[in-house]
Amino acid sequence: MTSRWKALLALATLLILLPWLMPNTYVLDVVNRIGINAIAVIGLNLVMGYAGQVSLGHAGFFGLGAYASAILTSRYGWPPLAAMGAGMVGTGLLAFVVARPILRLKGHYLAMATLGLGIIVSIVITNESAWTGGPDGMPVDALRVAGLAPAGEFQWYWIIAACLWLAAWFAGNLVDSPVGRALRALHGSEAAAQSVGVDVARYKARVFTISAVFASFAGSLFAHYVGFITPQVASFLHSIELVTMVVVGGMASVHGSVFGAALLTALPQLLAEFEGWEMVVFGALLILVMVLLPRGLVPTLVRRLRHA
Amino acid sequence: MAEFLQFLFSGLTSGSIYALAALGFAIIFNASGVINFAQGEFIMLGGMVSVFLAAAGLALPLAILGAVLVAVVAGVLIDKAAIEPARDAEVVTLIIITIGASILIQGLAQVIFGKGQHALKPFSGDTPLAIGGASLLPQSLWVMAVSALVVVALWAFFNRTRFGKAMLASSYNRLGAQLVGIDTRRVWLVAFALSGALGAIAGALAAPITMTSYDAGLMLGLKGFVAATLGGLGSGAGAVAGGLVLGLAEAMTAGYVSSAYKDAVPFVLILLVLFFLPRGIFGSRAVDRV
Repeated sequence: MTSRWKALLALATLLILLPWLMPNTYVLDVVNRIGINAIAVIGLNLVMGYAGQVSLGHAGFFGLGAYASAILTSRYGWPPLAAMGAGMVGTGLLAFVVARPILRLKGHYLAMATLGLGIIVSIVITNESAWTGGPDGMPVDALRVAGLAPAGEFQWYWIIAACLWLAAWFAGNLVDSPVGRALRALHGSEAAAQSVGVDVARYKARVFTISAVFASFAGSLFAHYVGFITPQVASFLHSIELVTMVVVGGMASVHGSVFGAALLTALPQLLAEFEGWEMVVFGALLILVMVLLPRGLVPTLVRRLRHA
Repeated sequence: MAEFLQFLFSGLTSGSIYALAALGFAIIFNASGVINFAQGEFIMLGGMVSVFLAAAGLALPLAILGAVLVAVVAGVLIDKAAIEPARDAEVVTLIIITIGASILIQGLAQVIFGKGQHALKPFSGDTPLAIGGASLLPQSLWVMAVSALVVVALWAFFNRTRFGKAMLASSYNRLGAQLVGIDTRRVWLVAFALSGALGAIAGALAAPITMTSYDAGLMLGLKGFVAATLGGLGSGAGAVAGGLVLGLAEAMTAGYVSSAYKDAVPFVLILLVLFFLPRGIFGSRAVDRV
């Protein structure tokens, strides 16, 4: 058995055991939110960790998915799965169209362009209140499939856990495929990758599109799970949260993504008791982790364990 | 015509603020290669600390001086505690570190000043001057005049003083600068302190016109980043031009097209520019060597 399958098996075991260890539904709710974030973070890590391209606008894609589900189901009566699919296709198309001009940019210019894209999406969502309910947000119908809709945190848990495992499986496959090798090659050196025949622009556009679809899917799940969304889901701060989850968990590590999502989703909940101080602690921890463990938590720990 | 003049005044006013914010980005980027996402917080500190020191009974010039000092200390702390220990890290890591600093400062401001919105008293009254049918607030004149003064002073610093030239030298080639005896760590420190001061001045100037609150720095900082990129990262003249272009584009859009989409203008503009000129309008056309 390859190490990738061992890791996927470990994730499956963890996901099956986890709900039985939950003390109450509040904690299970946090776990569900972690799972949804982790799906988006796994996608973002494909772009950032493997292909080495920064994106500070992924919440825009998350928001597009969330609002596609919300608007198509509640205003046009679409079945939820069709709305979700339409969101993924639409978001994927948008990402594909902008990918080439944007991913031509490097470093801080790339950061600027992706940041701008995300903010434009969030401003449009905030302003087009006839469709989106504006800054106050809008309710979202239940995720009804063939007459059945999941009710309660526990049923939702299994849906989210299954989606998360599939996302990790898909990402792992992609990383181990020729596409993944091409991405790592262009991460190392674009010129070198190009010189051995890797179509750099095409691979970058492809992985950017895939990660946008991941984010849109996570956004749709989030919209149905929470049942009410505001433009906050597409905000710059949410983009930053996603990037932070990737970097703190560990770049180029699918399991690091899950861990990063877990830590940074749970942390604000834990800190909520220190009223007003939660931002201070959050900011300080962010700096501390990045200064002490610039590779992120999971890769650093794995490295320590191997050398111990 | 009067309408156009009105939008022009408002565009030049906010453009001056963006120019100062963009200069802060450019100075730190030149010295260290870091994009400092906490730049907006310096602007917020400039406004908020001025408001609270003035409310505590300090005379306005002293209150503003105090705010500038606070922002300078914040800049120095960010450099010493967070940037210097990670100076060889990747771009993304450095971005996250400055975002962490930004969240930390915002959090502290929220704890100390609360969540409310505040306005600073205008420096010299609020009786508008009538010019060509349009009205101009005296505070707008303050904003433009002080910004122009700051730009001239910075130009003199970078071109006429020994240390300013040393900072420029180390931005062209860090290793080369170290070889001729320039202490690049001090260059970084001064860059952060200077950007803190610039941000705080911009914040105090703007606070009487736009309200200020603990989270006011975010959008201002991002727009400063847009302005700096528009002009080409690291170019001082580019930062000033970028800031003014941004302010004017925003004001004209708000006036003639849609005020709801005013905030989207900088980001649409920067995407269009980057699509066609990947290094900004004034950026170098340098080619990466392999």
